Amino acid sequence: MNLRIAVEKKQGSFLLQVNAEVSGERIGIFGQSGSGKSTLVHLISGLLQPDRGEIYLDDECLFSSGKGVNLSPERRRIAIVFQQAMLFPHLSVKANLLYGYRRCRTENRRIRPETLIALLKLEPLMKRGVHNLSGGEKQRVALGRAVLANPRLLLMDEPLSALDDTLRFQIIPYLKSVSEEFGIPYLFISHSILEMQLMADRIVVISCGRMAEPTTPDQLARNSMAQSPKGYLNLLHLSGPVQNNGLYAYPWGLNTLLISDGEPTGSSLFELSSRDIILFKKHPDAISARNLLECTVTEMFDSEGRVGIVLSVEGEKLVAEIVRSAAKELEIRVGSTLFAAIKASSFRKLA
Amino acid sequence: MMLIPEDIAAIWLSLKVALTATVLALPFGFALAWLIVFRQFRGKVVLEVLVNLPLTLPPVVIGFFLLLLLGKNGWIGKVLDASGVPIIFTWKAAVIASATVGFPLLVRSIRLGMESIDQQLIEASRSLGAAWYDTVATIILPLSLRGIMAGSLLMFARSLGEFGATIIVAGNIPGITQTIPLAIYDYASSPSSVTMALSLCLVSVLISVVVLFVHELLGKKLDRRSAL
Repeated sequence: MNLRIAVEKKQGSFLLQVNAEVSGERIGIFGQSGSGKSTLVHLISGLLQPDRGEIYLDDECLFSSGKGVNLSPERRRIAIVFQQAMLFPHLSVKANLLYGYRRCRTENRRIRPETLIALLKLEPLMKRGVHNLSGGEKQRVALGRAVLANPRLLLMDEPLSALDDTLRFQIIPYLKSVSEEFGIPYLFISHSILEMQLMADRIVVISCGRMAEPTTPDQLARNSMAQSPKGYLNLLHLSGPVQNNGLYAYPWGLNTLLISDGEPTGSSLFELSSRDIILFKKHPDAISARNLLECTVTEMFDSEGRVGIVLSVEGEKLVAEIVRSAAKELEIRVGSTLFAAIKASSFRKLA
Repeated sequence: MMLIPEDIAAIWLSLKVALTATVLALPFGFALAWLIVFRQFRGKVVLEVLVNLPLTLPPVVIGFFLLLLLGKNGWIGKVLDASGVPIIFTWKAAVIASATVGFPLLVRSIRLGMESIDQQLIEASRSLGAAWYDTVATIILPLSLRGIMAGSLLMFARSLGEFGATIIVAGNIPGITQTIPLAIYDYASSPSSVTMALSLCLVSVLISVVVLFVHELLGKKLDRRSAL
């Protein structure tokens, strides 16, 4: 998918001025509230008309003030998943799911309702009224409804913001799997760096109505490390734990990580804040933290007074965060060997 | 309670006029409410003022304007007269008078219903491939049903009680244009007909109570349906 957008839109005193070209299947649009993300969603989907400019999706002109083109929303084939599920309250779950499908031209119907219902595990919900669904179920139906419209592009406008953490990480695999399974590219809009790390390959940062050059989720997490309350979040997909004195021992590369908040079986996703890693220059003799890893510094980066230390632990990567004076005192350089201590309780299970 | 054939005729005529006025006004009321709620255009305020004007004007004034418009020398009256469709002093004039006076109430209720629809539901529908008229039919219409129903009943009730505008454009001809309020007015003018007036008043109260009951019951039914 290639999206080229160069538009201007004034709304009251707010001016959105965007000029960007992004390519990829999983694109994130990151910005704080009031940055213009929602306006951008409206402009791309055709629900709002730019004052001037052009919008091209895969070489098809969606809007051009110069050429006098303005494709109506229903002809753009861009479906939106909103923050709230926005299911039609007067329709059944089935009628909601098929709303877009029924309006999609036969030649564009690539995705069959049965396949999608199976993938999103919607079968048990089909006979229930939309008012009898939980928040997560509603969002799954909303996602299904958007996908069944067989869009060329999915706009996910903060689809996880209204959900609590547990539900959020239950929905993420669904969001990713529908896009992968059916080959629908998406724009994922959010103000959460963690969601960006999990959902996007390329990220465009928008602030005060302006867009910056595309970046990667890792770079975004590094840039925001000092400001973010949890620092840089290391995400670890771990599986096959062995129970060990009340802790879970997960294999991680050639090492083993001891984690308190694990699952007896299967695979889990953990987050580890860069601030929960303590670095030692020499091997500490006795330490209460259950994980002590010998590692090599492969990279160092600055983030507003803090120093991010990229560590290689037998091929696996971790990012630790220290203040500049500590980096100086410990004489940390690329290539230095350090010991990283991590408490078993510092790993937070996300899913 | 005592009702003579003329009274029965007045009751039927009242119901016929109120029903016709409401049914005729409904599509226009819906379209205007939709314009006001969902469309941005120049002169919207002027339109809103015009729609609401009959609410504040004395009905007699409206009747007088209608008379000027529909009378033999009026813009519309001339055309109708030429095509052989007399309006003034027929029950059709009573329908037009009722429709004009009750229209703002209808539009107001439908507007309230439409304004309570979450804008994102409409956006969802459009982004799922529905053209604007499709969205109007499948999302806006069903979701403003409560407002439409409330407005229709309100307008129906207002039409039943219409007096000022009706007497000017339709007159007070028993059996032809005499509705319940006009008949009561006739009876009330002569002291000997107090009982007759009272009987028609009772009928009026009865119809109003039925209308209000229907309003409540339908409202509850719609609430239940949307809560399912």
